[in-house]
Amino acid sequence: MAEEKKEKKPKIPKIPRQPMPEQDPHERARNFNEVTCGFTGELSDNEALRCIQCKKPLCIDGCPVSINIPAFIKKVAEGDILGAAKVIKESNLLPAICGRVCPQEDQCEMLCVVGKKDKPVAIGRLERYVADYEAVHGKFEMPEMSPKTGKKVAIVGSGPAGLACAGDLIKWGHTVTIFEALHKAGGVLVYGIPEFRLPKAIVERELDYLKKIGVEFRLDHVIGRIRTVDELMQKDGYNVVFLANGAGLPQFMNIPGENLNGVYSANEFLTRSNLMKAYKFPEYDTPIKRFKNVAVIGGGNTAMDAVRTALRLGADNAYIIYRRSMAEMPARKEEIEHAGHEGVKFIMLTAPVRVIGNEKGWVTGLECIKMQLGEPDDSGRRRPVPIKESEFVVNLDAIIVAIGTNANPLVAQTTPGLDLNKWGYIVVDDEKTCRTSKKGIFAGGDIVTGAATVILAMGAGRSAAKYIDEYLKTL
Amino acid sequence: MNEIVEKKVWWQDAPAIKEFEVKAPWIAEKHQAGQFVVLKVSENGERIPLTVSDKDVKKGTINILFQEVGATTMTLGRLSKGDKILDLTGPLGKPTHIEKFGTVVCIGGGIGVAPVHPIAQAFKAAGNKVISILGARTKGILIYEERMRKTSDEVRITTDDGSYGRHGFVTDELKAMIESGMKIDLVVTIGPAIMMKMVCKVTEPYKIHTYASLNTIMLDGTGMCGACRVTVGGKTKFVCVDGPEFDGHQVNFDEMMARLRQYLDEEKLAREICQKNTCGVR
Ligand SMILES: Cc1cc2nc3c(=O)[nH]c(=O)nc-3n(C[C@H](O)[C@H](O)[C@H](O)COP(=O)(O)OP(=O)(O)OC[C@H]3O[C@@H](n4cnc5c(N)ncnc54)[C@H](O)[C@@H]3O)c2cc1C
Ligand code: SF4
Ligand code: FES
Repeated sequence: MAEEKKEKKPKIPKIPRQPMPEQDPHERARNFNEVTCGFTGELSDNEALRCIQCKKPLCIDGCPVSINIPAFIKKVAEGDILGAAKVIKESNLLPAICGRVCPQEDQCEMLCVVGKKDKPVAIGRLERYVADYEAVHGKFEMPEMSPKTGKKVAIVGSGPAGLACAGDLIKWGHTVTIFEALHKAGGVLVYGIPEFRLPKAIVERELDYLKKIGVEFRLDHVIGRIRTVDELMQKDGYNVVFLANGAGLPQFMNIPGENLNGVYSANEFLTRSNLMKAYKFPEYDTPIKRFKNVAVIGGGNTAMDAVRTALRLGADNAYIIYRRSMAEMPARKEEIEHAGHEGVKFIMLTAPVRVIGNEKGWVTGLECIKMQLGEPDDSGRRRPVPIKESEFVVNLDAIIVAIGTNANPLVAQTTPGLDLNKWGYIVVDDEKTCRTSKKGIFAGGDIVTGAATVILAMGAGRSAAKYIDEYLKTL
Repeated sequence: MNEIVEKKVWWQDAPAIKEFEVKAPWIAEKHQAGQFVVLKVSENGERIPLTVSDKDVKKGTINILFQEVGATTMTLGRLSKGDKILDLTGPLGKPTHIEKFGTVVCIGGGIGVAPVHPIAQAFKAAGNKVISILGARTKGILIYEERMRKTSDEVRITTDDGSYGRHGFVTDELKAMIESGMKIDLVVTIGPAIMMKMVCKVTEPYKIHTYASLNTIMLDGTGMCGACRVTVGGKTKFVCVDGPEFDGHQVNFDEMMARLRQYLDEEKLAREICQKNTCGVR
């Protein structure tokens, strides 16, 4: 280490960033197995050695839940993978999931010191390796549980925010019940993100863990209908309700022809395929159409997931239609690249104008208009402006709309006294306390921030747990 | 929970009509007229909506009635008393807007009579004069006549083949009533899309307010997917959360009927497979 002191600049590791093994693009474009295969022991050993164990590890600043990254990587380098898992789990309840779906390139890896001269340390891949290793080699250990407090918490929604909150509160001795509207727990992790990116067995594993440590799941319970939030507190005796019901309401484009057969929200298309396993129809009963020419409107992760699903269902032509350029697409770079390798075609700077259909009510095409980028808008991205008389038609038999989601109003409508912002999201004191305008009611995840990320939702769930615990102590 | 405590077979020949009374105390307690449930019969099953046709809050049960027209309803029909329905979610949708209007005509066609029943009950309880028109293809498959007689001031029946009541459609009876000068304040209609469309056509020129309860394809039933969307008054609405009841004169029935045909090929295939392997509950 004496050497390192002399040098101001970080020492660049001689080992290059280790590549992620993945299925061949042509093959995987036709199956639903996971695209990336995960690091081998050798790859992870090499990659761990690339971390220079910074005194001021900037990577941690980039991590929304402040995982002690150098500490876990050190354990990997030492060959103590289970030890590494322990370090990660201090801050992150769902590492096998986050290692797969976090946008590390915008978080920890973006700030990684090695990245200033070379490619950053592959923190996400290491996280995933550690979590997957632990799943196979680790033993279930009952975490330290505080004595029962007799306090009851109801959690609405079983996405990452709800699960993370439950995981902490149960350990601190509270009784925790998660109410989930669907027949399966997991939120977007099970209905939205496809198998080829996040195998459902991994989510199942995390759910099992929570069940084992005592979290009760009440599936098929739509809060707002079967019980209101007030009833949960007044009738069923819950001391606190944590709202983690996500941003599940799909937006449509409001253009003519949008209700023709063959136009779907990304939520519908993905829910059919993922949650209902329609890609295995007729082994599974829920049908899905195997379209030949499919366009997905939008440029986010949801759009990438939808277009790659369409490809796997047998599309000859699968397009992304996006109104800005490649550089502005909000989806993860890795997902865009993967989609490109698999044969997805990108039609950029293009906006839909009208859906064209036949006399039977089915889609036959989409009229679009070319766009150019003008001045930056509120989001800081350059605003797309239509180019006059540049309309053209893409021949299609299906259109999947992935332009974003809003708050589902059901819980809010049935909870008088709950403050909402102008978009219908729940207002909280600040994103740490997660306290709403109503006593005993907390909220976190996408229902507060609008559609964001798994790690932010999970972080909110844990932060809420802390303040809920504090609040329960005052009762 | 979700246990079938009573099973009744209304009609044996395909497509059979069956009714279950299911233990679901939380749903029974909260259910209001017009609301429905979504159920899933097996691990590999699909989610389908069914309207609650009756309930017993004391016993904690709800009734659902269905015709075995697809793989899921066929599988459901194979369940017996004592079996459990794997997943049952509800009550879903907005309750019917109940008020004292005066004379309310409740029209149910086919198995649509069952979901009309709680609505007729609620209108009756609110002090309305309830006249019900029940339509069936033939006398044997007419359901819920007795229950409807109990909750209505008057019941009129039509059959397509003339085997019972008026020979004709529910619309013929409705037209006759309107033309006879009867004052009707509200019409409620549930049944096949084409029937609801025709009912709305009859009432529109007379400006009789008409509720139509729409039975679109659904997936989640919670407003998350938009599979159930219809155009009402030029605007897109989600039947599962904005409905299921809408002002019938504003509904684009043609679009709705086209959307209902989306999966005809797949439904046919699933039905054939189901018939072949007797589609036991997986
Ligand atoms: C297709 C897709 C791909 C994505 N890809 C990524 C990615 O790669 N990386 C990333 O970080 N993020 C990704 N995201 C975003 C991420 O999944 C979400 O930000 C995150 O899941 C939000 O978590 P949550 O717990 O707030 O809500 P959700 O995961 O949305 O969970 C909310 C849960 O509440 C339930 N619920 C709703 N209303 C009720 C009610 N009334 N009663 C009971 N239950 C109710 C819902 O059914 C759902 O299960 C993706 C999102 C989508 C849709
Ligand atoms: S910034 Fe990069 S090199 Fe430094 S500790 Fe973090 S991962 Fe290691
Ligand atoms: S069924 Fe999915 S939104 Fe209505």
